[in-house]
Amino acid sequence: MLTDNPPKVSKRPAGRDRVELFASGNKGRWGSRIFSGLSHGAGIFILIVLAAVAAFLVKEAWPAITAPTEELQQISWFKADSLMGYIAPLVFGTLLSSILALVIAVPLSIGIALFISHYAPRRLAQSLGYIIDLLAAIPSVVYGLWGALWLLPILDPVFKWLTNNLGFIPLFADYQAPAKNVLAASTVLAVMILPIITAVSREVFLQTPRLHEEAALALGATRWELIRMAVLPFGRSGVISAAMLGLGRALGETMAVLMVISPGFLFSFFLLKPGQHQTIAANIAAQFPEASGLSVSVLIATGLALFVFTFLVNMAARAIIARRKDFSGAN
Amino acid sequence: MAVSTSQDVAAVPAALAFPPVSAGRRFVDRFARSIIAIAFAVALIPLISLLWIVISRGVKMFSWDFLSTDMVGVFGDMTSGGAVHAIVGTLLITGAAVLISVPLGLLTAIYLVEYGRGPLARAITFLVDVMTGIPSIVAGLFAFALFVLIFGPAYRAGLMGAVALSVLMTPVVVRSVEEMLRLVPNELREASYALGVPKWLTIIKVVLRTSVAGIVTGIMLSIARVIGETAPLLITVGMMTRMNTNIFDGRMATLPVFAYTEYSKGGVGIDRAWAAALTLIIIVMGLNLIARLIARKFSPKFNR
Repeated sequence: MLTDNPPKVSKRPAGRDRVELFASGNKGRWGSRIFSGLSHGAGIFILIVLAAVAAFLVKEAWPAITAPTEELQQISWFKADSLMGYIAPLVFGTLLSSILALVIAVPLSIGIALFISHYAPRRLAQSLGYIIDLLAAIPSVVYGLWGALWLLPILDPVFKWLTNNLGFIPLFADYQAPAKNVLAASTVLAVMILPIITAVSREVFLQTPRLHEEAALALGATRWELIRMAVLPFGRSGVISAAMLGLGRALGETMAVLMVISPGFLFSFFLLKPGQHQTIAANIAAQFPEASGLSVSVLIATGLALFVFTFLVNMAARAIIARRKDFSGAN
Repeated sequence: MAVSTSQDVAAVPAALAFPPVSAGRRFVDRFARSIIAIAFAVALIPLISLLWIVISRGVKMFSWDFLSTDMVGVFGDMTSGGAVHAIVGTLLITGAAVLISVPLGLLTAIYLVEYGRGPLARAITFLVDVMTGIPSIVAGLFAFALFVLIFGPAYRAGLMGAVALSVLMTPVVVRSVEEMLRLVPNELREASYALGVPKWLTIIKVVLRTSVAGIVTGIMLSIARVIGETAPLLITVGMMTRMNTNIFDGRMATLPVFAYTEYSKGGVGIDRAWAAALTLIIIVMGLNLIARLIARKFSPKFNR
C-alpha cells in the first residue's frame, strides 16, 4: 500500500512524523480505524446529549406532572389550581415578550442588513457587520444591568407619552412609574436578538442573484426599487427564518427579563403595567436557587415546556434555511 | 458560497442611460435610504450607550483591590471587597467547559467534513444547528438534572456549570470548525493521499494544520460567547463569598452571577455589579479582539 521510496514533498512534515507516515500500512490502518471511530463517536455523542437533555428534563419533571394538585399547592409560590394553570400564564408571558421583541427588532434588522449589504461602501460593510456582531458578544447580565439602570429611566417619559396620547388603546393604558413592564423587557430583548436576525438577513440579501439586480437596474430602477423588486422577494424566506431564530433566542433569554420586569402571573395585554407578566426562563432563575423537592420538579416542568417550544421554533427556522439552500439560485 | 456584490452593480451610473427619474420616485428612494440609514444608527445607540455606561460606572469600583480581594467579611455598605474569587471561578468553569467541548466539537466537525455521508451526517448537522438555539437556562436545568441523578439533590460543584456551558458551547465549536475545514481545498487532501498518507494522518497533518488559525479563532469566539452566561450558572453553581478552586466540590462564584447578585443587593452592590460587568466586558472584548487578530494574521492564502 505504501511505497518504500517516498517522492519528494515540498512541504514535508517534521522528521519524527515521517517515520510514522511511511511506516508499515498496518499502523496507518489502525490509526485510521481509531480516528474514524472517535469522530463517528463524537458525532453520535452529540445526538445522545440532545436526547439526554430531553430525557433528563422529563425524568426530573415527572414528579410534578403526576403529583396531585393539593400537593403542588403546598409550594409557597404555587397559586394556580393545576400544573397547566401554573405554566399557561408563563407561556403567555414568554410568547408576549418575545413577539413584542420581534416586532421591534425585525424591521430594524432588515434596515440594518440592507444598509450593510446594499448601501454602505463595500470596504466598510465588513467592519459594520462586525460592529453589529459585537452586540451579540455582550453578556446577558450586562444587558440586564444596562436595561434596568440605564434604559428604564429613558423609557419612562416615552411610556408616559404613550399612555397619555394612545392610552385609549387598551395595550398602552395605565402606565405606572417605574417602567418595569413587559414592553421595557421586550425592548432589551429586541436589542439582544438584533445581531442574529441581522446576520442571517444580511447573508441572504447578499445572495440575491446578480442578474436579478442587474435586470432591475437595466429597467431603470432606483436603489430602493431594486431592493423592493429583486432583493426583498428573494430574501423573504430567509428573513422569516432569521426572525424565527431571533424568536428562539428571545424565548429563552433569562437575565434581561429577570432584571427588568416586575413579575406577575396574568393573561394581561396591558403592556405598560408592571406586575402583569413573567417569562418561563426568568421565573426559573428567580425561584430555582431557593427551591427544593417538588418545587424543583415544577420549575423543571416549565423548563421542559420552554425546551419543547424553542426546539420547535428553531427546527422550523433551520428547516426553512436548509430548504432554501437547496433551491437557492445563488449557490 | 458565492457572494454577489451588489455594490459593483450599483456603481454603474444607471441614471446616465435613462431619462431622469421622476420626482416622486426619487423622493421614495431618498426616503427609503434615510430610513435604512436611521435604522443602522439606531442600532448603534444601545452598543455605544452600553459600552459608555459600563465603562463610566464600572471605573468607580474597578481597581487592583477589586481584582485581588474576595467578599469574605464584607457586609452592608462596606466598599471593600472584590471579585477575585468570581474571576477565578469563571476561568476555572469556562476552562473545564473548553476541555469538554473543544475535543468533542472538533471531532464532530471532522466527522461531518471528512467522514460524514448520508442521513446520520445530515441529522447531526441539522440537530447541531438546532442545538445552538437551546436556551441557556435549559442547559443549566439539564446539568442540574444529570448531576442530581448521579450525586443526589444537595450536590453542587463547578463541574455542573461546566457541563451546562459545554452543552451551549459544543454546537458553536462544531459550526465554526466545520466552516473552517470546508475551506481547505480538496487538492491538498488528494496530494496527501497520492503520497500514500493514510486518511487520519492527512486530517491531522494537512487539514487541521492548514486551518488551525481559523479553528483557534472559532474556539475563542465560542469561549467569548459562553464566558458571560449567567442563568445556567445561577441555578447550578450558585454563589460563594470566598475562593473555591475545586471544581468537583462545592459552590463557586462566577463573574456574571457575582454581577447579578451584587445588583440585587442594591446600594454599594450596584457599583460592584458595574465593576464586574466592566471586567466581564474587558475579558469578552479581549477574547474577540485576539480571535480577530489571529484570523487576520494567519488566515490561509486561499481565503477569498
